[in-house]
Amino acid sequence: MQGYEVLFQGNNFLRLLGGLWVTIRISLISIALSLVLGIFLGAAMRMKNKAVRAVCRSYLEFVRIMPQLVLLFIVFFGIVKATGLNLSGEVSAVIVFTVWGTAETGDLVRGAFDSVPKHQYESAQALGLDRFGVYRYVILPQAVRILIPNLINLSTRMIKTTAFVSLIGVTEVLKVGKQIIDANRYDAPDAALWVYGAIFFMYFIICFPLSLFSRKLAKKYKQN
Amino acid sequence: MSENVIEVSHLHKQFGDNVILGDLSLSVNKGEVVVLIGPSGCGKSTLLRCLNGLEPIQGGTVSLHGEPVEYGKSSLTRIRQKIGMVFQNYDLFPHMTVMDNILLAPLKVQKRSKDEARAEALTLLERVGLKEKADTYPSELSGGQKQRVAIVRSLIIHPDIILLDEITAALDPEMVHEVLNVVLDLAKSGTTMMIVTHEMAFAEAAADRIIFLDGGSIVEEGEPHEFFRCPKTERAQRFLKTFTYTDS
Amino acid sequence: MDWSFITRYSPLYVKAAVLTLTIGAVGIVLAAVVGLLCAFAKYYRVPVLRQIAAAYTELSRNTPLIVQLFFLYFGLPKAGIVLSSEACGIIGLAFLGGSYMSESFLSGLESVKKGQIESAESLGLNGRQVMRYVVFPQAAAVSLPAVGANVIFLLKETSVFSAVSLADLMYVAKDLIGMYYNTEEALTMLVIAYLIIILPVSLIFSFAERRMRRAGV
Repeated sequence: MQGYEVLFQGNNFLRLLGGLWVTIRISLISIALSLVLGIFLGAAMRMKNKAVRAVCRSYLEFVRIMPQLVLLFIVFFGIVKATGLNLSGEVSAVIVFTVWGTAETGDLVRGAFDSVPKHQYESAQALGLDRFGVYRYVILPQAVRILIPNLINLSTRMIKTTAFVSLIGVTEVLKVGKQIIDANRYDAPDAALWVYGAIFFMYFIICFPLSLFSRKLAKKYKQN
Repeated sequence: MSENVIEVSHLHKQFGDNVILGDLSLSVNKGEVVVLIGPSGCGKSTLLRCLNGLEPIQGGTVSLHGEPVEYGKSSLTRIRQKIGMVFQNYDLFPHMTVMDNILLAPLKVQKRSKDEARAEALTLLERVGLKEKADTYPSELSGGQKQRVAIVRSLIIHPDIILLDEITAALDPEMVHEVLNVVLDLAKSGTTMMIVTHEMAFAEAAADRIIFLDGGSIVEEGEPHEFFRCPKTERAQRFLKTFTYTDS
Repeated sequence: MDWSFITRYSPLYVKAAVLTLTIGAVGIVLAAVVGLLCAFAKYYRVPVLRQIAAAYTELSRNTPLIVQLFFLYFGLPKAGIVLSSEACGIIGLAFLGGSYMSESFLSGLESVKKGQIESAESLGLNGRQVMRYVVFPQAAAVSLPAVGANVIFLLKETSVFSAVSLADLMYVAKDLIGMYYNTEEALTMLVIAYLIIILPVSLIFSFAERRMRRAGV
């Protein structure tokens, strides 16, 4: 049997897609949670209180410096040992990607609001708008335009990074791929080339449109 | 008789369907100072850029001492060493000191000796009153100082002609004077120049010849005092009126 | 915390860290070379090369490193191309990093204003001199923060090397956890090892960035 035939034999392709869905589901949940928490973190990072800002900053820097896989190990192996809680790989992954995603989202939110020039606040106030009005009508629309393309980029980064979860034993697309390859070890010895090639393009097909979309948006907003 | 430095004949330039310069001919003699004036969008800056091969042209020729100046040609780098150009936004290189800005072309293009070029740079800096700024970075200079450095940078390559493109347009009013004084000094010492400016008093003081450009062609040209006292064409009269404030 | 465990096994971490760093450094340098070539192809709009660079950038940016590594390490041998774990790590890192580097370099190159190029040209500098003396130094300064972020990102990505049987830090940590169940110690050493590797890099880049900004570039 030819290697590529393995892909379409039985329900192999569906199984791969099912494996992909596992990582996508982890990403989507983490992205949603990060978005909510990140807005609060971003607001905290813009507070005048120096202590709050220092805490946020340290959190961000630590998460940025540590590889996500190390964080995954800490939660998956460490927390289990320390608390006796038996977290599944998926739950550990959601925790880690939310902790990481929140930090990155918070920084993007902060950056977006910081990038609105100060005179925009001043001239909005000069028009007699109250604090709510200043944000609602002047600042928010401008910040959101910077924020959205960046958030989409962060989402593709998170989707790509969730591929790590195979290393803590979650049965996602790479694991399913390996199972398929092993099952066909004798019938189709070159299956690995095709299966991993297919997984490569699956990720590409998900992430490429998102990248394109974010670039289009960024360009469109820049023109206005 | 006087020697021809730059010769433009039947120059045609357009952006898309928009004709910027149409069938334009002129020449500049050695030692002559020609000032181009005209309303915004009349093509005067584009003309200067064509003279330095910074723009592709669609017809006619530009030549320096008989050698064609052609956009994109490899001969251009050699010809440009004979043409100095100073831009509206100074465009000093921000990562180099004043001295390094000035020495870049003499050392890397003309392969002159460092000592000799440096000595000349200092003389020129002294002439424009900036000798003590030789080792500072452009970010520490005022606009007027930057523009004087840019003039020195183009002088040191010993060009046959210097093109000045609205060099005071981006300056604060109080700095315009110091820069134009330098140019006036160059004009008096016989430097060949072609100047685009909006400063009419300066144009009158510096020019040997005024060329009034409108709609991409030469509408009127002549001796400066005559041009400013009694312009012959109606368009030039209308243009000059925009510089006076009377209730009429 | 079991200190004797830590002292006993820290040499393993040192060895693994050296491996991670070596492969990381070679991969990152190659990534920078690939990135520079792609950035020039795009900047000068070189026909064909520019399209190849664009296609490569998209493929590399929109797929995870671990999938790239699996393809290199498990897939390619089936097509007759057998690569060692180390080679896979280096190639994978260069393939992934090249696209990130090319975008950072390109945005640096494009940030240099047209006026800078025109005034250099008007001084008689040829294309190569304009790049070398005027555009590149300014572009390098502009792209430095992004390049620094890429270096850190790529160093972090090396953590997946264990997936292709490289005895890197993650591999050692997982091994120790599996064998002795000294989870706390193994993880603590893992975190410290990465801090020791990445923190100085991060500090060096932010220091360089601040210095450049002060120089007014």
